[in-house]
Amino acid sequence: MDTHRLLMKLWKSLVALVMGFFIVNVALMVAAVGTSSVARRWLGTWLPDGYTFNWYQTAWKEFQLDSVLWVTIEVVAAVVFLSILIGVPAAYALARRDFRGKNLLMGLFLLPLMIPPITYGIPLATVMYQAHIAGTIFGVILANMIPAVPFMILVMTPFIEQIDVNLESAARVFGANTFKLFWHVLLPLLAPGILAASLLVLVRTIGMFELTFLTAGPDSQTLVVALYYAVFAAGVRAPQSVDAMAMVYMAVTLAWLLIALQFVNPTQLVSRVKEHPKTA
Amino acid sequence: MSRTAVPKANSTAAEGEGTPVTSASPSSFDRSLLLLVPATLFMVVLFVYPFLYGLQLSFRPMEGNWLANYTQFFTTDNLRDTVWTTLKLAIPATVINVGVALPIAYQMRRSSRFQKLITTLLVIPLTLGTVLIAEGMLGYFGPKGWLSQSLQWLHVYEGPIRLTHNYWGVLISLIISGFPFAFLLTLSYITGIDPNLPRAASTLGATPWNQFRHIYLPLLVPGLAMAFALSFVQAFSVFPSAVLLGSPAGATRVISIAAYEAAFERYDYSMASAVAMLMGVVQLIVVAAVLGARGMFYRGPVSGGKG
Repeated sequence: MDTHRLLMKLWKSLVALVMGFFIVNVALMVAAVGTSSVARRWLGTWLPDGYTFNWYQTAWKEFQLDSVLWVTIEVVAAVVFLSILIGVPAAYALARRDFRGKNLLMGLFLLPLMIPPITYGIPLATVMYQAHIAGTIFGVILANMIPAVPFMILVMTPFIEQIDVNLESAARVFGANTFKLFWHVLLPLLAPGILAASLLVLVRTIGMFELTFLTAGPDSQTLVVALYYAVFAAGVRAPQSVDAMAMVYMAVTLAWLLIALQFVNPTQLVSRVKEHPKTA
Repeated sequence: MSRTAVPKANSTAAEGEGTPVTSASPSSFDRSLLLLVPATLFMVVLFVYPFLYGLQLSFRPMEGNWLANYTQFFTTDNLRDTVWTTLKLAIPATVINVGVALPIAYQMRRSSRFQKLITTLLVIPLTLGTVLIAEGMLGYFGPKGWLSQSLQWLHVYEGPIRLTHNYWGVLISLIISGFPFAFLLTLSYITGIDPNLPRAASTLGATPWNQFRHIYLPLLVPGLAMAFALSFVQAFSVFPSAVLLGSPAGATRVISIAAYEAAFERYDYSMASAVAMLMGVVQLIVVAAVLGARGMFYRGPVSGGKG
């Protein structure tokens, strides 16, 4: 019995060790970039010679960060808004109705999440170049909506299934028309789910490299893509200014993710079990 | 994913109680299905149509017969090998990510402040972005980085360690960016299992190991298969980090690099589409294998035993 206990303890410490190892190394890695971004000169020593914040200024100017950030905001806002508009109604129908071909339709919505973005990104870019919408912000928005809409549907469908249908029936009984039902009953109930799903779509879209990379032109790059080009054209630019920009990127996404975590319980991302109120 | 994955309704009258709210009679059209139209239309125009267009384009090569792209792919070393290169990166990365996520998530299955803190810490790498990971790895894991310096200072390892610009660099970056995601998914599936089941088992004398083996694991298999499939998609489509951290001409010439080069360096959209299609096929074979294997272990509700 005691050996059993000991083994359990050993196993638990091992798991904690692995987790700690991961977190410490990632933290040090971020610290290395952070240090480099404020380093005057740093060549193979423990710490740089001196510190300066000038790289942030340089990066901001060199990479035209104000316009890049603006494009990023426009793209992300449009993607989130449009995928709510398209995705939520679809999720509602999927959650509430049974019909022939439903599994097929679910498959269609699942497919873009199951194959790599490059796979459909390249044919999509080809079509978009022919239609002259590649290289524009509009094209980037459309491309980014392809994974966003299915994601919205797949997160919202189980969420809507949880909402008691009797509430809707009751509203009907008391004479609510479809609009009133939607506005006064459904929307307040759906709001937390929509908020959660759109924050996740937002974080995903900020980080979505491939689709933006394939469809963006010079004026329609988002932060990820601009950053990639900055590194790719390395040699021309001081690594510190790239590091500074990478830190800006991290700050932007981290801020949004932390906001998201205030509203979304990550443990309930995919499974639908509600915490039952503990019956005392 | 959907709870209502029941067989299609054959009998009409008896079905009424099962389907919620106003289940329309079979003759009249259910107007709420119109809600599906925008999403379906969107997917058809922007996903299905380009996909089919790409498929037929891949059979219209710049020169040669209709299969020329595919024959070229499988007879050219630096194209055919990209499939193996990608799989050699993606499969270990996915196995490690899901394999390590499972015990960690299992240990954190109970909701607590600790769980919240660790989840937040583990989620942070999701926000780093490929470039920060690449820069960080070049700095930290590089031959002159802190890790290398510490190891030499401790005399654990002499000479500079080589963890960048090769296979290991890309694999490590796939773990850093992929593990948090695999962990979140797994944790979410584990916490979705009703804790009353193991509680009941333990009153009947089941050891912790037996609880895991006979209760959690079978209920988790579908979720793990899903986590594996989604993690694999991410790892399989590795692109920027294979360029920035690997050796894109050699050891980490992954399939997406081949596709990108065909499209945007040689402007051979036909070949690029062919590579993209092959990428999709390999990806779907793996996903189908995983989901198929899932069926061999367990059949039943996805997250069982909830009220």
